[in-house]
Parts: sequence; structure tokens; C-alpha cells
Amino acid sequence: MPTFPASAPAALADEQLRRNLGRATTAIRAKRSAVTGEMPDWEALREAARRTKGEVMARLDRYLLQLEAAVTGAGGIVHWARDADEANAIISGLVSAAGVREVVKVKSLTTDEVGLNEALAARGIQAVETDLAELIIQMAGERSSHFLVPAIHKNRTQIRDLFRETLSLPHLTDDPAELAEAARLHLREKFLEAEVAISGANFAIAETGTVGVVESEGNGRMCLTLPRMLITLMGIEKVLPTFQDLEVFLQLLPRSATGERMNPYTTLWTGVTPGDGPSEFHLVLLDNGRTRVLEDPLGRQALHCIRCSACLNICPVYERVGGHAYNATYPGPIGSILTPQLLGPGRHDSLPFASTLCGACADVCPVKIEIPRILLHLRGKMVEGSRNPWRRVRTGFEASSFQERWLMRLLGWVLTSSRRYRVALRLGRGLQTLFLRHGWIRGLPGYASGWTRGRDLQGLPDQSFREWWDRRRGGIS
Amino acid sequence: MRGMRIALFMPCFNDALFPGTGVATVRILERLGHVVEFPGEQTCCGQIHFNTGFRREARRLMRRFLSVFGGAEVVVAPSASCVAMVREQYPELARESGETALLEELDALAVRTFELSEFLVQVLGVEELGAFFPQPVTFHPTCHSIRSIHVGDAPLRLLGAVEGLELIPLPKAEECCGFGGTFSAKNSDTSLAMMEDKIRSVQESGARVLTAVDNSCLMHLAGGMRRMGVMEWGDVPGAGVPSSGEGIRVMHLAEILASRKGGAGP
Repeated sequence: MPTFPASAPAALADEQLRRNLGRATTAIRAKRSAVTGEMPDWEALREAARRTKGEVMARLDRYLLQLEAAVTGAGGIVHWARDADEANAIISGLVSAAGVREVVKVKSLTTDEVGLNEALAARGIQAVETDLAELIIQMAGERSSHFLVPAIHKNRTQIRDLFRETLSLPHLTDDPAELAEAARLHLREKFLEAEVAISGANFAIAETGTVGVVESEGNGRMCLTLPRMLITLMGIEKVLPTFQDLEVFLQLLPRSATGERMNPYTTLWTGVTPGDGPSEFHLVLLDNGRTRVLEDPLGRQALHCIRCSACLNICPVYERVGGHAYNATYPGPIGSILTPQLLGPGRHDSLPFASTLCGACADVCPVKIEIPRILLHLRGKMVEGSRNPWRRVRTGFEASSFQERWLMRLLGWVLTSSRRYRVALRLGRGLQTLFLRHGWIRGLPGYASGWTRGRDLQGLPDQSFREWWDRRRGGIS
Repeated sequence: MRGMRIALFMPCFNDALFPGTGVATVRILERLGHVVEFPGEQTCCGQIHFNTGFRREARRLMRRFLSVFGGAEVVVAPSASCVAMVREQYPELARESGETALLEELDALAVRTFELSEFLVQVLGVEELGAFFPQPVTFHPTCHSIRSIHVGDAPLRLLGAVEGLELIPLPKAEECCGFGGTFSAKNSDTSLAMMEDKIRSVQESGARVLTAVDNSCLMHLAGGMRRMGVMEWGDVPGAGVPSSGEGIRVMHLAEILASRKGGAGP
């Protein structure tokens, strides 16, 4: 898996991508800011959500068993999946048993996380994405780059060209209404033919066994109501204690996500209802690393996420590089704390470092996840892991380079003595004459070359502050 | 409030690279009638290590900082991010290691440690410093100053009271400049992309001087401006190069606030 710094340059060099992302995130930030600002109790809602999520994580085992009992009692069937392979095996087994070759899907990050579409394809089952942006991504053979707007990196001209080719509509224009109509006609047939639908879930209520999906386009409602069989894959952290908790989350989510006061479609269902909707409902509860995240009392806050994507939209790093550079299902600030914890040390160690710690994400998070604090916590854990040679080899920690470790050690040694620091200043002044031009340094080797690649570095002046202070005090006394 | 004994914390890179900021800070506080002390044993708060994940070193530097500044009446530093380290991250380190006695000491230190502009406006209740700086100036509110230690509009109030100064709003002011400590070296490409956008905003503002309360962010922006050829040459310390007369100058807030008619003055 390429690291974040290795993947970022390609994204940064893509001028079209930068423009698309800049325009989209700026628009959505303004909308979010307006509809959260108008709420007199916004902070109270955030605090309530934080507390509820904390309570769920503290007693997750109990709430999950309660949920299982309630769903089963309402006529649903609950499955437990330890990891991606188990989830895929359960779901493809159910689809195969139903005897169908095609399923319709509601946009779901969790199914992306386990690679469900690919697993189904390997069994000869075609999964049709029905969310417009997800459909675009599927047609283009790409990966999503955003929680909510998977095709945020594409503009409408790019989408028109894609539709012209894949839907055989050579005269299509880039008028958004015309593009949506083309997708609608294509999807309508799929909805009517489908016998099995697969969805994720935004929430599940332990008390009642109710499962909920929040969406904008109505494609979800089609999938959740028309087919004979519904299979829902849900991360175990999505459970909420009571039905009344929805009151908080259904206010926080749409305002944080799309900047709407209310999302157009909220579908809630409880087991099966004869004569109304699917006659068979399967809920697959997925762990896939979540219980490992739960072990860390601070890091577990990452499980509080409701996938609104406000942190992606506000993040200046995400705005520049987009979602693909993160090389993960969950990009952006929340992804940088969630992905490495879900997957364990190694391949995604660069993600917690892909942040300036500017703090904008924490300010907008509707459930008050302390993202910068957790980024720092994970950096600490990873560096600690990579400075122990045995653990480095055994677990493949890649957080810190050899050079960085020695530089930091040296710097730490110098700075723990004011005498050593003063000597280092004098040495630095001598050494810098090798690099200095008109008071500035244009190029440095090694680790520091990351700085001088695009910026000059100011040289050390002849006198430090403490030397000025000493001289002044000497003069006074 | 006059006659406070103020321990000046001059963070390591400020001490080494930006002595002028320290000199300005001393002048401002002394003019207000306070006694400034500079504990000579001080070095660094450990933020570089902490933010890069090197908590062992950060912990050592934290203990050192506490032994140097623990007895001070108030600690003032011309750097928001270093103050954030003391106020937010030191207690975090102590909580992590479960050292409750240490945590108490650090909490007590945290409430006595201030960034310069918040100290002036929120603690001393001073905005008017008798400064004179007849230039169009734009202000970048650094991330740690607004989102971590919440200095609010203290720097803007101080700038607003400077005689002759024309304060020009910075477009997208609250967006990060892309510095991020070792992020600037480890994620150089992304850091530079953010920096270029920030510099463009500064150019768009039409201001001739860019100021902030953190020399770290300013060092990054100045370095970029110089590479991009948009910085005033005359600012090069000790370079002996005459001013180009155009372009943008980069100055710490303290240096503007210490400026007087007819030169810096005593």
C-alpha cells in the first residue's frame, strides 16, 4: 500500500481534481455552517451525541445482544461476521441461495470496507450500485473519494463523457437534470427486476430492533422496499440504545453532512412486516477490527463517527489531495484515525501524520470526536512501536524513518541542556556558511530537504535572543 | 495592573532565528511597567517531539520546562503553538502516565501561561500600546491561536489600536497555512500546496505586511514567499541586501506592536 506522502503528489498535480474539490468543499462548508449556526441548541445536541456514543462503546456487548434479540423477535435474522471474509461469505451465501445473479445496492461504506462487490463478482453475482455518485464511480471503475459524495473528484463534463460511453447515449449534454434523468431510466429497470437488495445502515436501535438508512435520492427507499430479500451489513459500532436517540442523531447528521435541515429520505424498518416490504431480512453485524479499536480508551472515539463527512469537507489537507491519496475506504481526518486502528500497524502508518493538526475537524464534528488529540495519540504509539527494533520487524511499524529517529534523539539530547543548546547554536552558525546565500538557505540534504524543496530557510542570525539578553543585562549591571 | 514579574518563554526556534520578536516582547511588557525575567536555563517546550510522536523526549522536555518555569508568577510567550503545548499537551502527557501529582503541578502552570496577545488583552486589559506602524497589514490567525488556546480577536484589537496601521482582511483567513511542524518536511508536497494558496490569499489582500502570533507559520510562509519571489528583500537578516521596495514583508505581531514613531525606541 503506498504511503500518503507517496500518493499525494499525483493528486496535487491534477489541476482539474484540485478545482473540482475546491469548488465542492467550499460550497458544502458554507451550507453546513449556515444550517448549524441557526440551531440554538447545536452544542447541546453535539454533547448529547458524544455522551450517547460513549455509553454505547462502554456497554457495546450488551447493546448488541439486545439488538440481536429485538431484530430476531421482529422476524429478522442476525448474523455475526468477525472479519471481511466472514461477512462476504455470509452475504454471498445468502444471495446464491436466493438463486439470483444480480443484486441492487444502497450506497454503503461498510460494504466497500469488506470489498463486497468484488467478493460477489468472484461468485458470478453482479452488484448494481444505485446511488448516483456511486453508480458513476462503478461505471468508471474507480474508488470512492468521499463518504457522501463518492464522485466529488469528478465534474459534470467528466460524468457526461462517462455516461455517453457506458449508457450508449452519444448526444447527452452536461445539464445536471439530463444526467440525472439518464441515470434514473437506467436504474428504474434495475429496481423493478431486483429480488435481492444489499444496504448498509446509519443506525440500529437496540431497544426496538429498528434499522435506519438516511439518504437523499430515493434510490435507497426503492432498494429497501421493493425487493423480496434485504441484506444489511452494519458495523457493530452503529448501534444506539433507544429509539429516542434518533431525535439527536437525525438532527446532527443531515446538517453536518449535506448542509440540509433534513435529508429527503429516512427509511426505518423493524424486522419484516407481512405484505409490506421485503419478506426476508438479514442483518449482518461486522467486527472487522472494531473490537480492537475498542481496546484503546482514547482511540475508540473513532468508533463514534456517524460518517457525516464534515471533517473531510473542512480539512485543508483533504481539500488539496482528495480521498484517493489516503488509500483507504475511510479518507480524510476521521479516516486517518480510524483506518490505522481498524487495520493495525504497518500499511497505514503514514495516515496519522497526514495532518497539520489545524483542529478544524474537531470543531465541526457533530459527535465531538477529538481528532487532533487522537492523531497525536496514534503518532505516539506508532513512533514508540517503530523505535523498538523487535516490534518494528514483528509488526512492520513504518511510522518513523531511521533518519527521523536519530534526528529527534539528537535534538532531544541538545535541548535538554541549555549549555548544549548554546554550543549547538554556535556550531549551527559555523555550519550554515556552507549553505547560506544572502542570509537564506536554498537547499539542505536528507530529512530537511522536505523543507527546502519549496521554501527557503532563514539562516541563523549573528545573535540569538538569549545572547542579546545576556549582553543587555551585562550592560545594565 | 503594573509591576508584575513576567517570566518570558522564548521558544527555541524563536530564540535562535527570531531574536527581534523576543526583543519586541520585552519592550512591550517593560513599557507597560512590568518586570521581565528570562530564565536562562530554558530551551524548548518539546512540541516538535510531541507532535512527531516522540513522547519520551517530549516528556523529558516537559519536566525540564516545569523545573524552569514552575515557580513563575506568569509565563508569557510570543508563540501560540508553544503555549498550546504547555496548556493542552503537558497535562495529556501526565494523564497518559498516570502521574497525578505531576498533573496537578502542570494544571497550575497551565493557567499561568499565556500567549502574548491574549496576555495583553485578556489578562492586562490593554489594547493601546502607543505603537505607530503606517503600513497596510494583513493578519493570519494561526490554527493553534484560534482553535487551541482561543485568543479570539485579541491580536486584531491590538492591531486596530496601532496608529497609522491599515488592517486589511485576509481572504480565507482561518484556513491552515500548511506548516504543521514536521508535516512540512514529511508531507512536503501537501504542505507546499497549502502554503501557495495562503500566499495567494495574502497577495490578493493587497497588504504589504503579513503578521501573525506564531513565527513558525511565518517562517514557512516567508520561506515560500522568498522562493516564489514575492517577498521583500530588505527583511533578510544580516544579508546586506538593499530593500527591493516592493513585495510583502513578514513580521511577528510583537514587532509591529513595539514599533514607535521614529524607530523602535527604548
